[in-house]
Amino acid sequence: MSDIKAATLEYATRLGDDSVVLGHRISEWVSYGPFLEEDIAYGNVALDYIGRARMFYTYAAELANDGRTEDDFAYMRNDREYRNLLLMEMPKGDFAYSQVRQLFADVYYTVLLPELLQSKDETLSAIAAKAIKETKYHLRRSRDWVLRLGDGTEESHKRTQKAVEQLWGYTHEMFDMDETEQLLADAGIGVDVSKLRDAWHKMVSDILTEATITVPEDSWAVRGGRTGYHTENLGHMLTEMQIVHRSHPGCEW
Amino acid sequence: MNEISLMPEEQYQRLQQRNAADVKELWDLLDQVKDPEVPVLTIWDLGILRDIEREGDKVIVTITPTYSGCPAMDNISTDVTEALNQAGYAEVEVKTSLSPAWSSEWMSAEGRKKLRNYGIAPPEDADLDEDGLTPDAHAQCPHCSSRNTRRISEFGSTACKALFQCDDCNEPFDYFKKI
Repeated sequence: MSDIKAATLEYATRLGDDSVVLGHRISEWVSYGPFLEEDIAYGNVALDYIGRARMFYTYAAELANDGRTEDDFAYMRNDREYRNLLLMEMPKGDFAYSQVRQLFADVYYTVLLPELLQSKDETLSAIAAKAIKETKYHLRRSRDWVLRLGDGTEESHKRTQKAVEQLWGYTHEMFDMDETEQLLADAGIGVDVSKLRDAWHKMVSDILTEATITVPEDSWAVRGGRTGYHTENLGHMLTEMQIVHRSHPGCEW
Repeated sequence: MNEISLMPEEQYQRLQQRNAADVKELWDLLDQVKDPEVPVLTIWDLGILRDIEREGDKVIVTITPTYSGCPAMDNISTDVTEALNQAGYAEVEVKTSLSPAWSSEWMSAEGRKKLRNYGIAPPEDADLDEDGLTPDAHAQCPHCSSRNTRRISEFGSTACKALFQCDDCNEPFDYFKKI
């Protein structure tokens, strides 16, 4: 396998991991939403992410060409083999926490996907083209909620501010480059995420300020997701996500 | 009231493709495959059916998902295969294509009417907001045609729909989002 092909396989896996982990976290709200419509909205957004993960994994499986399928990527890898950003695996927390995480992720995809659309890799570009349309709707929802919660009651403001502070240190990792991603960025296949931080910061800061939330200083950062060093949360999440598949291998219905 | 139907370019191209197809009978045959989530719409109406080709005895059908996570795709794929099998085409391959990404513009004019009669407002029954997204009010109620309606949720019973309520007849209804 050429270097570029191996890097693309790794890249598609990373992007798939981000999507499946966040998709699963969002799905944990189903049947716990504050009201029915919100519950349904969560289910729909989760589906969009899980759908994205399927597209990335299907492509990864095609590149790997070793008999693995999308299911093997999602269900048969352990936490150390997962390469998702830590932000995606943080537990669902309270409603404010989930919406703040969602805002951070939605703005990230808002700046990332138009770049991925330009990829010379046709499949990555096609996945981006689909996802861009969905992200517009996702962002509008998370933005509305953060505004409403931040500029809401004393309690909702307090919780939103706390969530922003708790999650802020996990956002730096989103803009880190490593050898694999640099190789792909130079080849016009991957996105140079280090160039996206300013745009992300500006968009997020504007929304937080409008929501009367203080934008935190960059005082701490946690990293490790892209190299397989995760928080303890991912292992717990995967046991739940993977148990059916692993308990009944090859089962179809 | 008479209406002059304006056909978007995308729909026109699809219609041309279908009319010019070598396997026109297969396009007609697949009109029996419905979207499991919106059973009044065929996969042609919805714009999911992209292409049909023959390679010797084999039929290759290309479909595209509406939304990334559309859970109906697996069902549709099975239904396409079964419909063709029953018509005597033993060898069928269903391919999924992601590009170009599905657009609600691809929905047929007939499909839009069927949607409305089924109680779902089609994309053109609302004026989009400045971002080109679902507005927060005034989608036309498919039950009583009132514009006195408001959006209750961005996301309805499926990813492709938003939820509205009519303030005249009080009925809630789904609005098929424009993407």
